[in-house]
Amino acid sequence: MSAASPETAMKTTSWTRILIYAVLIVFVIYYLLPLYVMLVNSLKPLDEIRQGDMLALPQQFTIEPWLSAWSTAQIGVQPTGLRPYFLNSIIMVAPAVAASTLLGALNGYVLTKWRFPGDNLVFTLMLLSCFIPFQIVLIPMAKVLGLLGLAGTTWGLSLVHAVYGIGFTTLFFRNYYEAFPTELVRAAMIDGASFFQIFRRILLPSSGPIIVVTVIWQFTNIWNDFLFGVSFADSYSLPMTVALNNLVSSSTGVKEYNVHFAGAILAALPTLIVYIVSGRYFVRGLMAGAVKG
Amino acid sequence: MPFLEIRNLEKRFGTVDVLKGINLAIDEGGFLVLVGPSGCGKSTLLNTIAGLETITKGEIHINGRDVKNLHPSERDIAMVFQSYALYPNMTVAQNIAFGMEIRGVPKEERDKAVSEVSEILQIKHLLSRKPSQLSGGQRQRVAMGRALVRRPLVFLFDEPLSNLDAKLRVDMRTEIKRLHQSMKTTIVYVTHDQIEAMTLATRIAVLKDGLLQQFGTPAEIYNSPANMFVADFMGSPAMNLIPVSVEKSGNDLRLSMPQRSGSPLTLALPGGAGRIAKHAGRNVIFGIRPEALTDPDGADRNSPGVVTSECQIEVVEPAGSDTFAITHLGGKEVVARLRADAKVSPGKKAMLAFNLDKAVFFDPGTEQRIV
Repeated sequence: MSAASPETAMKTTSWTRILIYAVLIVFVIYYLLPLYVMLVNSLKPLDEIRQGDMLALPQQFTIEPWLSAWSTAQIGVQPTGLRPYFLNSIIMVAPAVAASTLLGALNGYVLTKWRFPGDNLVFTLMLLSCFIPFQIVLIPMAKVLGLLGLAGTTWGLSLVHAVYGIGFTTLFFRNYYEAFPTELVRAAMIDGASFFQIFRRILLPSSGPIIVVTVIWQFTNIWNDFLFGVSFADSYSLPMTVALNNLVSSSTGVKEYNVHFAGAILAALPTLIVYIVSGRYFVRGLMAGAVKG
Repeated sequence: MPFLEIRNLEKRFGTVDVLKGINLAIDEGGFLVLVGPSGCGKSTLLNTIAGLETITKGEIHINGRDVKNLHPSERDIAMVFQSYALYPNMTVAQNIAFGMEIRGVPKEERDKAVSEVSEILQIKHLLSRKPSQLSGGQRQRVAMGRALVRRPLVFLFDEPLSNLDAKLRVDMRTEIKRLHQSMKTTIVYVTHDQIEAMTLATRIAVLKDGLLQQFGTPAEIYNSPANMFVADFMGSPAMNLIPVSVEKSGNDLRLSMPQRSGSPLTLALPGGAGRIAKHAGRNVIFGIRPEALTDPDGADRNSPGVVTSECQIEVVEPAGSDTFAITHLGGKEVVARLRADAKVSPGKKAMLAFNLDKAVFFDPGTEQRIV
């Protein structure tokens, strides 16, 4: 393709460009408005919100709602704030993400570089697990957790998410390793490297982009999950999402909207940070997989 | 006792027979080239020697040891891959030392070995770079370095030069030959390039469709091809294969082949009946290499088998060092290799000298060589 001449570039600037930017700006506002409303109102005292102007900047700036949401607000029957549940979520997410990513990588490695009869069937079955709706597995999963003695614990919840995530992580790594040159594995075999040495020394160091993609995917999905949390956790092991629901929908007392807004932002913060920190790797990773394959 | 021996090797993928009973043997220090068109099974054969593919039937012996059931790393071989297969996350030095590291060789020893090998291959200045920062030729050297540092019993090369540009390929070819001459390690080398095969090998194995067509020295393969496939595959331009009839006139034999116009061209076979007498009166395939078909001044004066005849020249291709003239005999295009300054012009007749001492004959049915 030849480069556009300066004149055509200039012409497109004039009207189409203005139109494109106008549309984009409208969409940016459309998407950012809810976040703005939440942020602004979480920094106001409750009286100011009651005056009715949700879009106004706070006249009296306060971080009291944030402190309340974090450590003193009523969650269900306990005035603990969201803090203990935030920790629950971290304890649930970290091992589940680590385990499902590692197992997905191993599965991808075996399914592409140590092929065996029926490997495609195994892959198809694992892929199928991505399409199973959460609701279907609730009862069997509750049964399994009961048998394992993990019912109502954060570890049990972590296990559920790890197992549920393996289908996706296997898909990601399998497709990534499919494009990974098999000759490298063969060279390492001749060099005397074992199954795990090849995985750790040759494949994993080249898997940066797909690891980032998988971690973001798993982190956001597990962190944001509500159904498994509400089904399998007891009142002490509730994850953040369920606790937020309990905070917002508690039926006693005054509705503290400013606290609710602050709590909701707190609940969304970790996924936001993950996206901001590694978002460009996410895009790059998706591209790398697409172009190389 | 040969150093590397392959007996009745068969390899089947599902229902496809890739190798159909290969027998090969080569002495220590030999340079065996496996050559053939793509899909002939040559790379599979190399991979079975490396242990990267299992074998369905047969045996492979290296230095008197049956390696059939040994892991690649236990066969004492080193391999250079077509894509070089350098570990992208490691530096050149780490790439070369990886095999030793896995085997638990102490660091000082590894460093010494890497330094020696990089000296030989002139890659010392590249040791701290990553493979992505190297040119094709440099990657090739590093891949060879990784093989050399092992000091294996056998080197295996899988089309190592096919990713290089033409000029670099010729340079690296010479370099591989020089390395082989100085190290005297046994080499098995896969290529589809018959010039590489001719220049490098001490023994050539020509394969087609999983069958060994011919196994011999480069000279044997070139001068006495076992069948028409080998004759056609080895040599560039390819050998001329002309359908002719062997006719008897008195005590002499002559070859007769139709031309595009006029009467058939006949060549009297010198030295009487000897070689092809029993095929008199039959049709055979007459094989003659382009360099044995030249202008009369360029012909080998010491050869008693030179016969000259006038042919219609259709195309002239000057190539600098030689001039190729194309004529039409027996329904086939026939290439003659003339001296660069030979006086020929397209559309005119010219005298061509056939060196029948160098000629070979094939059975048109079985395609096997008969004389």
